[in-house]
Amino acid sequence: MTPALGKDLVGLEPLSADQIRLLLDTAEPFKEVSERTIKKVPALRGKTIVNLFFEASTRTRISFEFAEKRLSADTVNVAASGSSVSKGETLVDTAKNLEAMRIDMVVIRHGSSGAAQFLGQRIASNVINAGDGKHEHPTQALLDLLTLRDRFGRIEGLKVAICGDVLHSRVARSNIWGLTKLGAEVGVCGPPTLLPRNIRDLGVTILPRIEDAIQWADALNILRLQLERMQSGFIPSLREYNRVFGVTSERLARAPKDLLILHPGPMNRGVEIDSDVADGPHSVILPQVTNGVAVRMAVLYLLAGGMPGPGQAAGGEER
Amino acid sequence: MRPILIRGGRVIDPSRGGDGIADLLLEGDRVSAVGRNIGEPDGAVVIDAAGMVVAPGFIDLHTHLREPGQEDLETMASGAMAAAAGGFSAVCAMPNTDPVTDNQAAVGFIVGQAQRAGKARVHPIGAISVGQKGQQLAEFGELVGAGAVAVSDDGKPVMSSHLMRTALEYARTFGIPVADHCEDMTLAQGGAMHEGLVSTRLGLKGIPSAAEEIMVARDIILAELTGGHVHLCHMSTRGSVELIRRAKEKGIRVTAEACPHHFSLTHEACEGYNTNAKMNPPLREAEDRAAVREGLRDGTIDVIATDHAPHHYDAKEREFDDAPNGIIGLETALGLAVTELVDGGILTLPEMIDRMSTTPARIFNLPGGTFATGAAGDVVVFDPAVEWEVRPEDFFSKSRNTPFRGRRLRGRAEVTIVRGEVVFDRAKGAPNGARR
Repeated sequence: MTPALGKDLVGLEPLSADQIRLLLDTAEPFKEVSERTIKKVPALRGKTIVNLFFEASTRTRISFEFAEKRLSADTVNVAASGSSVSKGETLVDTAKNLEAMRIDMVVIRHGSSGAAQFLGQRIASNVINAGDGKHEHPTQALLDLLTLRDRFGRIEGLKVAICGDVLHSRVARSNIWGLTKLGAEVGVCGPPTLLPRNIRDLGVTILPRIEDAIQWADALNILRLQLERMQSGFIPSLREYNRVFGVTSERLARAPKDLLILHPGPMNRGVEIDSDVADGPHSVILPQVTNGVAVRMAVLYLLAGGMPGPGQAAGGEER
Repeated sequence: MRPILIRGGRVIDPSRGGDGIADLLLEGDRVSAVGRNIGEPDGAVVIDAAGMVVAPGFIDLHTHLREPGQEDLETMASGAMAAAAGGFSAVCAMPNTDPVTDNQAAVGFIVGQAQRAGKARVHPIGAISVGQKGQQLAEFGELVGAGAVAVSDDGKPVMSSHLMRTALEYARTFGIPVADHCEDMTLAQGGAMHEGLVSTRLGLKGIPSAAEEIMVARDIILAELTGGHVHLCHMSTRGSVELIRRAKEKGIRVTAEACPHHFSLTHEACEGYNTNAKMNPPLREAEDRAAVREGLRDGTIDVIATDHAPHHYDAKEREFDDAPNGIIGLETALGLAVTELVDGGILTLPEMIDRMSTTPARIFNLPGGTFATGAAGDVVVFDPAVEWEVRPEDFFSKSRNTPFRGRRLRGRAEVTIVRGEVVFDRAKGAPNGARR
């Protein structure tokens, strides 16, 4: 446990700007670890970490697992299917059983908002939220922030438009907290059916049309449109969504400046983002993924009680 | 049966505008006299009520007692005891039990169990539709014949406007109200809390106020169409209060209730994913709470009802989305009403008693609610000034699901009398057979 961050990372809302900056600064030296021939430092040697994924995930789960392994932690992956959860075990019982095995940290992905906080309040181990329902996905926002900082050299004063299904997006909420705390201006753009009530009260600007977002922003963070939103009546069709809200190279060509393009993945090419944008020169979608590992190493390291500051975290090589 | 003489309390009887220091004499199961210096009959039980308020026992029009079907959460006996401890001499039991109270035998079972418990009266409410499935009308005549005092599909709304219309029309035959849980399911579906800033921040699906107001408006329109008496359960939004106010101005037969949690809390109580603040209708915003209070003050909302909804702690100890709706309320209602409404300058004590006893009796046509000579011997003696801390582990209810744990409240029932017999006396502790 470290006073620098607290016991758990459930979201960016409870963090201060200084704590978020500390996480980003701590991620910097970890970037280099992944570029080494031997991608390992001993920082978390002897720590046991459970990756508890109640929802399907490729990118986030593997990113966490690499982060843990590159810090020399011992890791176990639990997927909901094929575990006691599929036999009807409650989250609190799962938590208590994990606790009884004397683990140090739990990384949890869960379909219900609040699940990470719920777990964190009931076990002594550190809990890291890898996405809870529609609430927060703090490590995704941190890697977005790091990527923005890499490209612009700052967060303060940037205009970032979060585009798409904000209503159902934990990525959007974490980004709104992280960006506003660090002094960026945040816009949200999407069909009104996919913008939550009172979103303005979080200090964001509503950009009604994607053209408005493109005119306004320095960077677009384009959210994945879940295909089931069409069945539940939030939008008429994916085709129409692409026509009205899709980020296309034609639309980007009318921008007053080059926009940085972010996407948390997985992408629906031809729906919220066209392939030539995703693969184009201003896309940082793959650098985001690279930064994801560094950011997660920083989170794990700091929660485990690691000392902030360059040279400390990434010091030493695994022999 | 010994006479009961309650001496020297502040006797408040809203039915007759009475409010002053007096004695109250009960003989048999009835009120015998109210007045100064009543002579003590032979063998009378004398209760010293100096500093206390003596009022007609409270009547809760909206209680979930869980028996039959979920006796681990509450039984008729534990619920009726919790009611008595809260100052209620009568509660109305909602029919969403397992099986549903949709036939005369089920109503008879409740009447029998309540008699065996011998605590607060339990008036059964029958289902509107068979199995509460929202399709076929239940046999109102049989239900009323067995003792039902109203009909409701509470727990669920009556989504079919045709069913609601026929229920209101048919209920006129028996002179009973049709109580509706107002919620447009197509709008509320999957919602876990009020739709607003807190739901947006917590990432929980919201239930917009409109989901309630649409059904309130529909029910008012149908009450006007049919001339039936619609009773609107647990009103929670500013819009609902405004709709009811206008309906009453037009003379439409609508009555309404509000719950202590809706006049005490807002959606901010859900912060931290507090499942004990999860209920349906959900806790709303400060302006809604203010409107509910104003509605209670000006009589737009007729009564205070608890929507007492027991749940096992396991069921609430889980993800917010998956936790059941509802809180227990019988043992905190009086304290919240005194603290929030009387101390808060919204209601006078006589007005509070009116909303909790006299008016509930009148609109559901129940015994009690008055100290008229010969009226039911149902009395609450409560201390309006005592301060106490809510400790759910001390409740008589079998369940503990309340968001008010640790709250300091003023006002607590000391003695509750039903049918001329003391069923609860705080000074004497738990009566025989009651568990705490």
